[in-house]
Amino acid sequence: MLSFIVRRLWQMLPTMLGVVVLVFVLFNWVGGDPAYLLAGKMADTAAIENIRRQLGTDQPYTVQLWIFIEQILTFDFGNAWSTGEPVSHIIASRLGPSLTVLVPLTILETVLGIALALGIAFVRGSLTDRAVMVACTVGMSISILVYIIVFQYVFAYEMGLFPVQGWGNSLGENLLRYALLPIIIGLAVSIAPTLRLYRSFVLDEVNQDYVRTARAKGLSERRVVWVHVLRNAAIPIITHVMANLPALLIGAFLLERFFGIPGIGREVILAVERSDFPVIKAITVYVAAATMVFNLLADLLYQAVDPRVRLT
Amino acid sequence: MMTLHAASPGLWALAWRRLRADRIAMGALAVVAAFLAMLLLSSIGLIASDWEDEVAVNYAPPSFIGADAGTRALAAAQLPRETPPNAFDPLAAELAELKAQVRATHPPVEKATTLPFGADKWGHDIVKKTIKGGETSIVVGLVAALVAVALGTLFGALSGFYGGVIDDLFNWFYSIFTAIPSILMILTVAAVLQQKGVMTIVLILGLTGWTGPYRLMRAEYIKHKAREYVMAADAIGASSMRRMFGHILPNVAHVALVQMSILVVGFIKAEVILSFLGFGVPVGVVSWGSMLNEAQNELILGKWWQLAAASGAMALLVTAFSLFADALRDALDPKLK
Repeated sequence: MLSFIVRRLWQMLPTMLGVVVLVFVLFNWVGGDPAYLLAGKMADTAAIENIRRQLGTDQPYTVQLWIFIEQILTFDFGNAWSTGEPVSHIIASRLGPSLTVLVPLTILETVLGIALALGIAFVRGSLTDRAVMVACTVGMSISILVYIIVFQYVFAYEMGLFPVQGWGNSLGENLLRYALLPIIIGLAVSIAPTLRLYRSFVLDEVNQDYVRTARAKGLSERRVVWVHVLRNAAIPIITHVMANLPALLIGAFLLERFFGIPGIGREVILAVERSDFPVIKAITVYVAAATMVFNLLADLLYQAVDPRVRLT
Repeated sequence: MMTLHAASPGLWALAWRRLRADRIAMGALAVVAAFLAMLLLSSIGLIASDWEDEVAVNYAPPSFIGADAGTRALAAAQLPRETPPNAFDPLAAELAELKAQVRATHPPVEKATTLPFGADKWGHDIVKKTIKGGETSIVVGLVAALVAVALGTLFGALSGFYGGVIDDLFNWFYSIFTAIPSILMILTVAAVLQQKGVMTIVLILGLTGWTGPYRLMRAEYIKHKAREYVMAADAIGASSMRRMFGHILPNVAHVALVQMSILVVGFIKAEVILSFLGFGVPVGVVSWGSMLNEAQNELILGKWWQLAAASGAMALLVTAFSLFADALRDALDPKLK
């Protein structure tokens, strides 16, 4: 167990290096010379040379890579090219609004998904099951853009139940006023695919021998479902939730963009539109680190829920 | 006595028999087949090749609503008018000749005030535009999902079955790809490349989308490789390849199928989002995504038909596709019934 954790932590170094090299190749090699971008349209050679010297892009690629690694290690990515705001400050200040939407959304989605999947899987084949599945397939076949456009138009613009967009200063105001409609839309979009997936996980388990044994022992149906089946179906569910957590930070960018929420996702879109490379690089590296930690946690949780899984 | 040993139908023959008994599945299959036929016809240019003709007035409403006074006035205003003759124009004779030629080859037509499902900002027929946009979106979704699931299944099988060093290697690969969320990766690559094209989208989506199927297939293979039937196969001397793809794969293929149906949905949506943000299909190519982009602003003006057409066609196709994939899974994996 301990050796597994140590080995995985040790493995993070080459993974991180892989990510760093990938990002480096994308931005410094594929992306071309940023000096022309920064110098603007009326640049002379001296100005371009000057910018190259400041950025270090006149150095060989190995030296540039080392500069990038140094930036990562010191958490100092300099200032954003477009606004001049320190990159570390951008990330710190945009994280809060993103989490205000994403934490309630993830909790609601997972709890609802598991509860509905267990309920539906045990009446499988019935009319209810088929109706819910058809509703799910129809619901998830509509683009998130349509949900956002229509919900924002109907509930915020026409009916005025929610603000069309905006963001306040206090957590309570944001959560109860501005984040409410984005959370509802996020839930409407995500609950259908989640339910479908979890149902297929549960269906994998309900006909296993241990379920019959549990019933033969005289256990209540509730205990069979919520203890025996849930624990076995939990492995793929954990995979799904854990794998999606860090990506969600970026994934909600459409909600953030439409509703004017100053979060990480909206910042990424803005940075991509402005070719603001330091911001994208920094966010990519931080999200990468978070993802690796979450993957390790997922594997540790496997063993906690299923002792048959041996981590060696 | 001979009849007792009649050949029993195989897995796929049985599945097809079960599928045929499922009316929803056959209905869904018919819808998917209709969309694919439409795609084929429009890609070889038999239908909807003239979608760029401006056949109606701007924002002509659907026929079942009927034209209001505003659209009729607009249609009258857009009829070609004769400019009053200019005595000082040195090119008057040549111009008159050219105009006569144009009128002979392209007789002036009154623009329609209504179309079966309305027109967009430029007067394009929405039905034809939706068919043409569907061609782009479906090709992107299907091909990219196929690439992603094939890669994910192969990597997941190797990784989960062998474990050890191979597992570490693929996990390293996986971590690099998932550490950068696919949507961020797609946007970054699109921004860095500055090269729009349908093939580019397919490759970006396919090569970044294998991680989801990989993770689930790996978990399935870890779960299955310790089960009795695989040990039995090992005991009778089945090779690793045969155990992986002959014995385990049919038992976990439904996971890949569900993944595939989710990925097709996901990739069509991803294409829509990319086109919406302006990082997707190039200018001049229509897709359901670029249609939704236009429709967003039209909704505020009360012109809802392009939004309804694009999202309706998309919802119909994807629903049918998912229902069929669902039925296919149930048919292929009867122990779930």
